Amino acid sequence: MQIHATPPDAVEFDVRTDEMLINMGPQHPSTHGVLRLMLRTDGEVVTEVTPHIGYLHRSAEKVAENLTPRQYLPYTDRLDYLAAMNMNLGWALCVEKLLGLKVSEKTRHLRVLIAELNRIANHLVAAGCYGLDLGSFTPFMWTFREREKILNLFEEVCGARLTYSYITVGGATADLPHGWLDRCRAFLDQFEPVIDDLHALLTNNHIFIHRTAGIGVLPAATAVSYGCTGPVLRASGVDWDLRRDGEPIYTEMYDGYTWRVIAPIDGRYPDDHPYPAVPREAIVGDSWHRYFVRMLEVVQSMDLIRQAMDKYSRAEGPVGVPIPLKQKLPKGEAYLETEAPKGQMGFMIVADGSPVPWRVRIRSSSFCNLSAISEICRGVLVADVPSICGSLDLVLGEIDR
Amino acid sequence: MTELITQLPIPAWLAYAVAAAIQCALLLVVALCSAAVFIWLERKVSARIQDRLGPTRVGGRFGWLQPPADGIKLLCKEDIIPAAADRPLFRAAPYVSFCATFCAFIALPFANGWVALDLDIGIFFILAIAGLEVFGVVLGGYSSGSKWSLYGAMREAAQMVSYEIPLALCAVVPVLIAGTMNLVAIGDRQAGWFYQWNIFHDPFTFVTFWIYCTCAVASTNRAPFDLPEAESELVAGFLTEYSGFRWVIFFMAEYAAMFVVSGLGSVLFLGGWNGPVPIATWLVGLLPEHSAAALWIGNLLGLCNFIAKAVLGVVVMIWMRWTLPRLRIDQVMTTCLKYCVPLASAMLAGAMAWSYCFPGGVIAEVLR
Repeated sequence: MQIHATPPDAVEFDVRTDEMLINMGPQHPSTHGVLRLMLRTDGEVVTEVTPHIGYLHRSAEKVAENLTPRQYLPYTDRLDYLAAMNMNLGWALCVEKLLGLKVSEKTRHLRVLIAELNRIANHLVAAGCYGLDLGSFTPFMWTFREREKILNLFEEVCGARLTYSYITVGGATADLPHGWLDRCRAFLDQFEPVIDDLHALLTNNHIFIHRTAGIGVLPAATAVSYGCTGPVLRASGVDWDLRRDGEPIYTEMYDGYTWRVIAPIDGRYPDDHPYPAVPREAIVGDSWHRYFVRMLEVVQSMDLIRQAMDKYSRAEGPVGVPIPLKQKLPKGEAYLETEAPKGQMGFMIVADGSPVPWRVRIRSSSFCNLSAISEICRGVLVADVPSICGSLDLVLGEIDR
Repeated sequence: MTELITQLPIPAWLAYAVAAAIQCALLLVVALCSAAVFIWLERKVSARIQDRLGPTRVGGRFGWLQPPADGIKLLCKEDIIPAAADRPLFRAAPYVSFCATFCAFIALPFANGWVALDLDIGIFFILAIAGLEVFGVVLGGYSSGSKWSLYGAMREAAQMVSYEIPLALCAVVPVLIAGTMNLVAIGDRQAGWFYQWNIFHDPFTFVTFWIYCTCAVASTNRAPFDLPEAESELVAGFLTEYSGFRWVIFFMAEYAAMFVVSGLGSVLFLGGWNGPVPIATWLVGLLPEHSAAALWIGNLLGLCNFIAKAVLGVVVMIWMRWTLPRLRIDQVMTTCLKYCVPLASAMLAGAMAWSYCFPGGVIAEVLR
């Protein structure tokens, strides 16, 4: 009797399950807005992730071509609505670059102070929502409790809690209210020990480490090739921060400040920090590092705020006032990228001599960070997709514009 | 109670039917009330953990009427059945789930002899019947006609089937010590001081108790093992398409299951209705022996003990849910197959050897 050996391919084919196409989003609890991810899955394994965007498209760039830069300012709030101050700053600096405008020293320190405070608020949302993506609800409530206090401070400054329109072209809409610095200082003193609590709740947690360490590894070369920026890029071990490496009009804001770029160079973080050590399982560029870079940046920003408060109170003169509403823009173009909490936020203005820009283009960090998702989500489990997506800290307002 | 009713001048079959109906109604009340209390407890405990207040307005000071208010709200909701759903299965699934959990109450003793059906195979019955809950979930997930629901159902099937093995292995250890599968007898064996409890019987039972806790949480789909309804991954898993009343039934089943595994754990390992200090025995000793009053008072105290232990177990489950992130499916299976099953088997072998050498238990042996 002859035995027919079955070729291994056929056996493999027999036991293979059917592939399934699944829509994660646009209505899904953990895609951070109206992002739609098409998952091609084989059982629990995701073989392919394709992001589909555009559900929050509001023609932000086209709107900018019909308004003067000062009128457009409230629209920039809606780009990355979790860090609206940084969006305002990016737009204001870009218009100032086009106009060749120099702001006073006091204004610069005020802007550093406000921008870094918003960075803390943004990273708190990122860390809290990341806990939520991993199925832990409590960190979300804890970080939002602290963020509320920052929003209270912002409300005193400009009357708004989400869309501030505070930092404008030429300066800021108003100076800081009386006694605000003391309240800000009190918040920082109160907030410092809370960071330890957050580390105890998430960073040190065994399950958290196993869910994030070694997951979604984004090598430095890939991160650079996809144009990833911000904490996502730095977590891959690239020492790059526009606050230090950007254009002079932006970096001069940070002149005289002592701070360091937070990035795991050779797996080591620059400063000696009292926070948990890097776990054995973590690989540079994975979700854990992306989360941890943000947590360390919170501490860094607190330090910058303290310095900015001192410098602000010592600086002479008034805070710059906004330019006229219909100021003519000189013929020419200007492009400026700033270090927003989520990465590099770039504004491009082409002006033809009228008060309204001829063309505006916005380069958003989340858009580029999202583009890397199909690269790093290949072959992961379904549960890892929210985990990786959350570690990129996406905001759809900025992606779809 | 059955004896009482059979003494009435009615046919025997009718008497049994009446007794069964009364017991069923009583147990249903227990199951529903415990679910309501646990929902309220979950809200309050989670609020406490998260620096919130939780319900404060409904029904006075502590929001104690919140569960009924939730229930009424959910009953008033539109009952949606998706067009793609398999209608009969979709409708039946929640009841399958709830019935399976509810049936487990039949054999669960609340105090010495206070059990609806004093089965000789009580523990076996509970494990077998509670395992049927997975059918409801799989049916619900499959019949919803949604891919997310299907994912939830498949995860539930994988998880439940795996975790029932270590759960049963853990449950066998007290059976081994007591020499019976009758839950009343197992509980009765642990009467006296707290060191008589099975958890303190020997080092192996102590470890077994913690394995039981892990597996019990996993078998009730509570965090960190709540993969079948993982809201950040699968929207709501097998519950995605359910709304209104049917959703409530699934929810009730979950909370009732929490009570069952917690109560079962307390009977198997924590002395069941026996308090840490034998106060009940002393109190009953003051009364004439074998009098109905002595029996009742003893059992009433036992009931309080049992409920206190069961609620404590549930609170720990709630506490864990609001502290820990969720595991991934492969990690859940690794925990079960690589750690729980071998450990539980080793503990079973160890307990076997120990009870052969020192049948009385470690502290009792020392004190003797």
